[in-house]
Amino acid sequence: MLSVEHIYKSYEGQPLLNGVSFEVHESETICLLGSSGSGKSTLLRIIAGLEESEGGQVLWKGKPLGDTPAHQRRFGLMFQDYALFPHRNVSENIAFGLRMQNLPKDELNSRVSSALETINMSGFAQRKVTELSGGEQQRVALARALAPNPRLLMLDEPLGALDRTLREQLSQELRRILHESKVPAIYVTHDQEEAFAIADRLLLLHDGVILQSGRPHEFYHHPKNVWVASFFGLGNLVEGTVIAHSPLQVETPLGLIQASCDQDAPQIGEKTTLLFRPSQAVQDPHTTENHITGKVLDQVFQREDYRLTLNINHHIPEFNIILPEPAEVGANLQVSYPPAQVLCLDNGAEV
Amino acid sequence: MDRCLVGDRIELSALFSTMQRWFKQPTWRALLLWVMPVVFLAYFFYQPLLALFNLVLTGRSAAISPAWGFDLGALNLNRIWRPLSFTIGQAALSTLLTLIIGLPGAWLFARFIFPGKKALKILTTLPFILPTVVVAAGFNALLGPRGWVNLGLMALFDLPSPPIQFLNTFGAILVAHVFYNTTIIIRVVSNAWAQQNIRLRHAAQVLGASPWRTFREVTLPLLKPSILAGTFLVFLFNFTSFGVVLMLGGPQFATLEVEIYVQALHLLNLPLASILAILQLLCTLLITLGHNRVSGLGDVIVSPPAHTLDARKPRKGWERLVVIVLIITLFTLLVAPLASLALRSFVKLEPTRGERGDFQRGLTLQFYRELGVNRRGDLFFVPPIAAARNSFIFALITIGITLSLGLLVAYALGQRTVINKFLDPLLMLPLGASAITLGLGFIIVFNRPPFSTLRFPILIPIAHSLVALPFIVRTLAPALGDIPQSLRNAARVLGASPFKVWREVDLPLLTPALLVSTIFALTISLGEFGASTFLVRPEYPTMPVAIFRYISQPGALNYGQALAMSTILMLACALGIFIIERLQSPGKDLF
Repeated sequence: MLSVEHIYKSYEGQPLLNGVSFEVHESETICLLGSSGSGKSTLLRIIAGLEESEGGQVLWKGKPLGDTPAHQRRFGLMFQDYALFPHRNVSENIAFGLRMQNLPKDELNSRVSSALETINMSGFAQRKVTELSGGEQQRVALARALAPNPRLLMLDEPLGALDRTLREQLSQELRRILHESKVPAIYVTHDQEEAFAIADRLLLLHDGVILQSGRPHEFYHHPKNVWVASFFGLGNLVEGTVIAHSPLQVETPLGLIQASCDQDAPQIGEKTTLLFRPSQAVQDPHTTENHITGKVLDQVFQREDYRLTLNINHHIPEFNIILPEPAEVGANLQVSYPPAQVLCLDNGAEV
Repeated sequence: MDRCLVGDRIELSALFSTMQRWFKQPTWRALLLWVMPVVFLAYFFYQPLLALFNLVLTGRSAAISPAWGFDLGALNLNRIWRPLSFTIGQAALSTLLTLIIGLPGAWLFARFIFPGKKALKILTTLPFILPTVVVAAGFNALLGPRGWVNLGLMALFDLPSPPIQFLNTFGAILVAHVFYNTTIIIRVVSNAWAQQNIRLRHAAQVLGASPWRTFREVTLPLLKPSILAGTFLVFLFNFTSFGVVLMLGGPQFATLEVEIYVQALHLLNLPLASILAILQLLCTLLITLGHNRVSGLGDVIVSPPAHTLDARKPRKGWERLVVIVLIITLFTLLVAPLASLALRSFVKLEPTRGERGDFQRGLTLQFYRELGVNRRGDLFFVPPIAAARNSFIFALITIGITLSLGLLVAYALGQRTVINKFLDPLLMLPLGASAITLGLGFIIVFNRPPFSTLRFPILIPIAHSLVALPFIVRTLAPALGDIPQSLRNAARVLGASPFKVWREVDLPLLTPALLVSTIFALTISLGEFGASTFLVRPEYPTMPVAIFRYISQPGALNYGQALAMSTILMLACALGIFIIERLQSPGKDLF
């Protein structure tokens, strides 16, 4: 329904958005994930028509929106600081968008009360918004954005200003309301847990482009490159040089490692980076490949298993693994990785 | 006997430690800090004020012989009603005109980037401290009978007399008031506008509000408190305006201030002057209360303002046109009178008295040179440049008084104690009392009848200090409040004695505010006109008083001298403002 094509925008002479393209389909919630300063909010403002891009275009059902001003796009936008009108009370805030559509008074009132019901705040209609708690303000902002039935809802870090318990609670509620309303939504956040919880599809914005997009689990199992793997904290990253194909063999400070590759493997002699997920380490004396030996530096108990930090050598002073059994701190430990579980990654652009 | 001594010593040390304990309590510390300022205010502000009331209620005063006693009932109410209604009327009209120019100006500053914005911004600070006599002299040099426009038109069309009658018209008063106050509206409103959370407007837009509707439903309601506050402030300044009305409007346009001055100094009718002064005081109090009420409404920001830069270049055609017209209007309004003043003080355009027929036209430094000459038949008994010296000495004394009292008050206000609630308004009241009222009160209390010498020129800087003190306190107190107590605690645990804490922590952090205060005190004292007219004697004129006397005299030399001295005063104040702008942290403002 919404297509964003090659959006370019610079900030103080540096490219901020460098050709961003993606689509949002019917009743789909996509999550735009990126670190702070990556231009997520700017992108939302461009889609909303509040800011102009310097290149590219935004289309709705194939029609360019360039000449449609913000107030005629019928997109909803929920702001990080909620931007509730301080001079209007709760119901007046929610009614604002409906008044702009010149709805008859009866319909307006009934839609405001049903919006208040949706967010479980029926008793708050006449309250001043300045007297609400952070969570209440957030819900009012959501109700205000949804009340005029927008064609698309955009949420800019909607939980960013709240504390952690409230966040978990509200992200569930947000998910429910978004799915019930069936409105296509773009949800912007820098928090991966939140993104995994809300998104049908995930877009990772980095260096002004969409680095990877897909279902949440795809990011976990098939990170596109080193930067993605390290952004999600997927595991130990070890550089090495390819010395043989089929089976893929990489010379690393850990020794010679057999690995597997999602994409085309790098040429022989090229540099690559290997991903060792901590939970994939096995303690099996019968395997022959990919032995890793190190001194146990530290051990942390975490409910189901133990997280160990190994010192391999001076190239790799810290290597994390997760094992079901405890080990002795200071002792040497040998683990191994099945070749299918060692992922060879594209080094990508210089990180 | 020994026992007795020991007993005494114990009692003494007990007393000492009790005193120490007291001083550790904020209330006692605040009281101690308040002593000097309260004594000063009581003696020099509240005593004259009470004397005014006393004079009106009993018809008696130490300064007036019994023959002056008068009957309140026999008073012709018209003599009160006329100046009062005129004052309100001119203030309202001036305020309206100011809003008509100032609000678009605020829009210009809040929403647009344009070449020269910085220069214009600095220019808008000028009227804040420019003395009224300088502004009046500036408009005189631009539009007066000997000003650029009239002389130019006379030369161009060979006219025998100045075609534009500007001086002594109602319009002159309005124009000068607009000059003074437009920048207040611009500053107050554009600050609020620029600090408004841009996301509120964005929210309205995505909810379907057109730009005009967004302005009407979001921007304007949120600006209302600052517009109201600015309006009250401008009305207050117009209401109490004295120098401008006296010098540009002439005595026939008597506002309360001018009427008090005329009644007291020219017609020697102190009782009527006092009634008018009290009326004036009540009015300004009401206006100030109104101002405080509406400016309290401003604190409705839910979230910190967004850091998105909102100002942009004008885009559409009409937008660009309006912006250009506004910039030209503001530049003309602010620059024309001041530039005319400075230029006119270097140019000879008409004969000096006594020079008939030919005289040399052209650039001249004569007016400046003449400032050092003590001519016979001059208005004062000293060369005009002495006025500059007097003004400077008075300013130095003012700085000394206001800075020491201001620091005491700032520290007292910093104590957490309930007595500040009572004493703070007491301190701010002089802000509401006009300088004229102050001068009148001084005459009644400190002068012997009938209008003989004021033997104490020290009264002049004291009056200046009373005018300046509220501004100084408003500069120092917030700066002091901004110093985190943790810094002092850190210095203490690192081994600094209380005095060293003050010297190493408070003093360096207060230095910018102290400098700003010094410049405030300096410029206020240099430019103060209202109270000075009452207190200044011909032997020790101040610059504004000298300018006022010279400019109203015939003769090119007198006129030129007035303009030359105004130019010097203007440059001094402009320099002060420039330094203040540099020192003040962005975001903070004079009001």
